[in-house]
Amino acid sequence: MNFSDAEITAIVLSLRVALVATLASLPFAIAIAYALARWNFPGKTILNGLVHLPLVLPPVVTGYLLLITFGRRGPVGEALEACCGIVLSFRWTGAALAAAVMAFPMIVRAIRLSIEAVDPKLEAAAATLGASPLRVFATITLPLAIPGVIAGAMLGFAKALGEFGATITFVSAIPGETQTIASAIYGYTQAPGGEDGIMRLMFVSIAIAMIALVVSEICARRVGGKGALA
Amino acid sequence: MLEAAIHHAYRAFTLDVSFELKEPSSALFGPSGSGKTSLLHAIAGLLRPDRGRIVFNGEVWCDTAQKIFIPAHKRRIGYVFQESRLFPHMNVRRNLLYGAQSAQAKDLAAHFDHVISLLGIDHLLERKPGNLSGGEAQRIAIGRALLCNPQLLLMDEPLASLDMQRREEILPYIEKLVDEFHLPLIYVSHAIHEIERLAQDIVSMENGRIVARRALQKESVRASAP
Repeated sequence: MNFSDAEITAIVLSLRVALVATLASLPFAIAIAYALARWNFPGKTILNGLVHLPLVLPPVVTGYLLLITFGRRGPVGEALEACCGIVLSFRWTGAALAAAVMAFPMIVRAIRLSIEAVDPKLEAAAATLGASPLRVFATITLPLAIPGVIAGAMLGFAKALGEFGATITFVSAIPGETQTIASAIYGYTQAPGGEDGIMRLMFVSIAIAMIALVVSEICARRVGGKGALA
Repeated sequence: MLEAAIHHAYRAFTLDVSFELKEPSSALFGPSGSGKTSLLHAIAGLLRPDRGRIVFNGEVWCDTAQKIFIPAHKRRIGYVFQESRLFPHMNVRRNLLYGAQSAQAKDLAAHFDHVISLLGIDHLLERKPGNLSGGEAQRIAIGRALLCNPQLLLMDEPLASLDMQRREEILPYIEKLVDEFHLPLIYVSHAIHEIERLAQDIVSMENGRIVARRALQKESVRASAP
């Protein structure tokens, strides 16, 4: 297969966006999943709804919400630029943010289920042995939930890689900056003679998805889980 | 040793007890559902009672009137549950040493070899909890509670999940360690013969209340222990 420079750029960018989106959202996802699984607090239903909102909203709506919030004239976007010089709109970092927001519900869901499957009796036993809540989390809850964390990260990575609607709305599809595999394929469909390019990018998508699946399955098995999705 | 007055309402029943334990080895006795485990949880700090006060050797562990509640991990207790509750992702050695991390426990880490030989678990150290027998797992759970150097040992039906033969096998270990470590013990059971072998003071419970107190004469070496 002969990839054009633009295609290579889009593939590399997609991988970077998906990887950054997954890794950056993972700590937040674990924290929220833990809170949802273990605590009862006022507003829990609302938090749960907010987390799942990107799953049910049209992606274009999510993208537009990101644009008016994190865009250069949006309240958060303006503050970020003023204080730290961070610009998200029409940058690859914005693409990563859009992908992270879209992938977040799936990551949280997988991790929450695996935390709920950890027996609270083991956590109580650890507390009687003098372990602080933080140590209980780090040495008991998280290690026992790790297959779910890996499964969630894998699902999130796959989702982030394929994200299209929110990304193109928020950061457009600028070659070399925000044009991912998905938006490059869409670009090919808009002009005659793009079939070969579509085929090449399609194979790349399938290959990356397969590799992500296999790698996460191996990881989950190595840490002692019984299959990541179980 | 321990003073407790606890009132805690569940949907189905209410735990309402007030007592003082003076003997180093005491037992809570009663049928299942009588509130023994809830009481033990309150003593351990795993249950925050609606109202109550718990004082151990002058340390206030819980006083709802003054909004004092010391959480379980700061009470320096050893708790042996009905099920062993070994951590499945750690081998036996790491399970045993889990509580032996804090400063006070450092001295006891030196007694590691002593404890494991006393409990007869020295040959199991590298095994994972998944492939241990019930008796082995429970002995390790006892060792784990001991190695965190507790100031009070709580045992909640530690033999109930075992068959007759295993019970008779483990009971002498518990007797031995109580004698040897001079640890205050609160032992929960519905089996009176276990209690008679271990405790000098029996608190009988029914329906969340104390219905009888009985002191036992024990002619064991504990009587002469300091």
